[in-house]
Amino acid sequence: MKTSGISIGLAAALTLMSSTSSFAVTEISWWHAMTGANNEVVNTLSKEFNESQSDYQVVPVFKGTYPETLNAGIAAFRAKQSPDIIQVFDVGTGVMMAAEGAIKPVAEILSEGGATFDKSQYLPGIVAYYSKPDGTMLSFPYNSSSPILYYNKDIFEKAGLDVDNPPKTWPEVWEAARKIKTSGAAPCGYTSTWLTWIHLENFAAWNNLPYGTKENGLAGLDVELEINAPLFVKHFQEIADLTKDGVFRYGGRTSEAKQIFLAGECGILTESSGGLGDIVKSGMNYGIGQLPYEPEAEGAPQNTIPGGASLWVFGGKSDEKYKGIAAFFKFLSSPEIQARLHQVSGYLPVTLKAYEETKASGFYEKNPGRETPITQMMGKAPTENSRGVRLVNLPQVRDIENEELEKMLDGQQTAQQALDNVVARGNAAIKQAIGQ
Amino acid sequence: MAPRAIFPNKLLPYLLLAPQLAITAIFFYWPASQALYQSLLREDPFGLSTQYVGLANFRHVLNDPNYLHSFQVTIVFSVATAVLAMVPALFLAVMADKVVRGRGIYRTLLIWPYAVAPAIAGMLWLFLFNPSIGSIAVMLRSLGIYWDPLLNGPQAMILVVAAASWKQISYNFLFFVAGLQAIPKSLVEAAAIDGAGEMKRFWTIIFPLLAPTTFFLLVINTVYAFFDTFGIIHAVTGGGPGKATETLVYKVYNDGFVNLILGESAAQSVILMVIVIALTAVQFRYVERRVHYG
Repeated sequence: MKTSGISIGLAAALTLMSSTSSFAVTEISWWHAMTGANNEVVNTLSKEFNESQSDYQVVPVFKGTYPETLNAGIAAFRAKQSPDIIQVFDVGTGVMMAAEGAIKPVAEILSEGGATFDKSQYLPGIVAYYSKPDGTMLSFPYNSSSPILYYNKDIFEKAGLDVDNPPKTWPEVWEAARKIKTSGAAPCGYTSTWLTWIHLENFAAWNNLPYGTKENGLAGLDVELEINAPLFVKHFQEIADLTKDGVFRYGGRTSEAKQIFLAGECGILTESSGGLGDIVKSGMNYGIGQLPYEPEAEGAPQNTIPGGASLWVFGGKSDEKYKGIAAFFKFLSSPEIQARLHQVSGYLPVTLKAYEETKASGFYEKNPGRETPITQMMGKAPTENSRGVRLVNLPQVRDIENEELEKMLDGQQTAQQALDNVVARGNAAIKQAIGQ
Repeated sequence: MAPRAIFPNKLLPYLLLAPQLAITAIFFYWPASQALYQSLLREDPFGLSTQYVGLANFRHVLNDPNYLHSFQVTIVFSVATAVLAMVPALFLAVMADKVVRGRGIYRTLLIWPYAVAPAIAGMLWLFLFNPSIGSIAVMLRSLGIYWDPLLNGPQAMILVVAAASWKQISYNFLFFVAGLQAIPKSLVEAAAIDGAGEMKRFWTIIFPLLAPTTFFLLVINTVYAFFDTFGIIHAVTGGGPGKATETLVYKVYNDGFVNLILGESAAQSVILMVIVIALTAVQFRYVERRVHYG
């Protein structure tokens, strides 16, 4: 909390300094939420763009965590001090989309800025998620990720599991996890970050099950949740049972579980592909597998839905600024930049060309598993169930889900009760949010 | 009656008060009036559409079982924090009062934790009790206690109460030490000469004479637990697991800044404002009369 305050202050001071030193240059502010290695990437990209031309200057400002950045943006908009570009996490997409008067669609900016916007150049799964039902792309997909399975090869070997073949379905994961625990190879078998994103939103898409009505909210605002269907209940009851036996360990609501995996306490982890950087850095002997699916689901595996964040542009700025933003987005989508982003961070490339170039360079042969998040998302044409989840108050619904799931994992209620509560409370919250 | 200051100039007193008045106006009256205004509206996060809804936000909040639950959580949390922050502080103060050599060092060391920022205090406790890496968590596990504040509500509550009261002990210590010094030594000595033991002296002389300080601290600690512990809860539990540590202040934040329901969040802060005004009134009515400053 304190450090982010200081860095915000520093960034603000830097912004002030740079704005006094440059008069002829049009300045573009970019609020973001990237920390660590990903923060360096933001700064490098801005620097490279600023050096590549002399008309515009992108000034990145770190604003804290994803929710903090979104709140800062909203507060700034209300105070009529909005930044030009703001990075908003996947969950905030619905919030931003509902605020049509506040933002300017990226597709418009790109075409007005002279950059021909060709949707077919972008990865379809990602673009669809950040587009209006009529196909207009609203935000620029900056960092997209998809949940995958990581496993600790040393623990697998100790437990007598096949090191080269990670489990593919949930029953296989449970079996492997139990074996890790009973063989004493590690104190716990399996853990997962982001239960809401991985085990509800992606579980639904990947197994071709509806998350809610109205195509999960893509076709309308008044969504009713459907995540208390039998397969969800079965899945979570299995997790609850594993928790009781100490085979599954809960790490927290966001990415805390990654630390448990990195500490070697659990043998298997499901996490965002964007979490790869830390796992590589730890020096662990790790392997990557596809996100497991539920074999009882018809048509599974289908496709996963993107997480991560996209860049939104606020409305009411000068034409000069929009031109600069268009130039910056064009720069960001150039194949070299995209390929580099993808290879360094584990985030997905946004354009097909960057993907193909990475493929042609032999990167995937040298780094097995790194193509998994892309093939997962692109393997099949998305269905009504797998284009994404969009609720005007998804952050709130995720909170409700977390609360009920925590009570379930603590043994206070069954999976059926937990998910029934989620649906009842979630539906009421959605109704309230859309003003019914 | 305290001596009254006389200002010959009519303007000067207002001028001297102006900075304080300005601060009160800007940092209290203005935000408070904004909260009152917001609590009557229903608005989307961006403020693009605003609708006057009267007292609907208040009705909704007060009928929300989660809000009532949060009330209970706050009461449990506040009482536990106040007791846990005051009892050890009183004990330490009585002990420190007896120390003759190195008095200053003891006192300084005991006052130290008060300077730690709430979020940092929270992080320290979080590290100690982290189920996978915390040293105290390891000890608990070796004692056969299944320690998992991530899922176990009461354990999470114990953790935030410990962090919140640990920080406040120093503050209470300071006031108790001052209170002890104000007790005439002759009273205690006379009791000692009459043959009263240490415990007897404490319960019959020191404790009753400290009562105004104790009551003052009780109010202050309750207000602290109600309003100033946001940082600790945010850093340690985030209100979870479930809603086990979601206090009223945390709910205001969560509904306003995470869930973006601004009207209801404002209504909740208005309710909190009423509570704090009531607490302050109690303090002034019953305490101010009996506490002697200086």
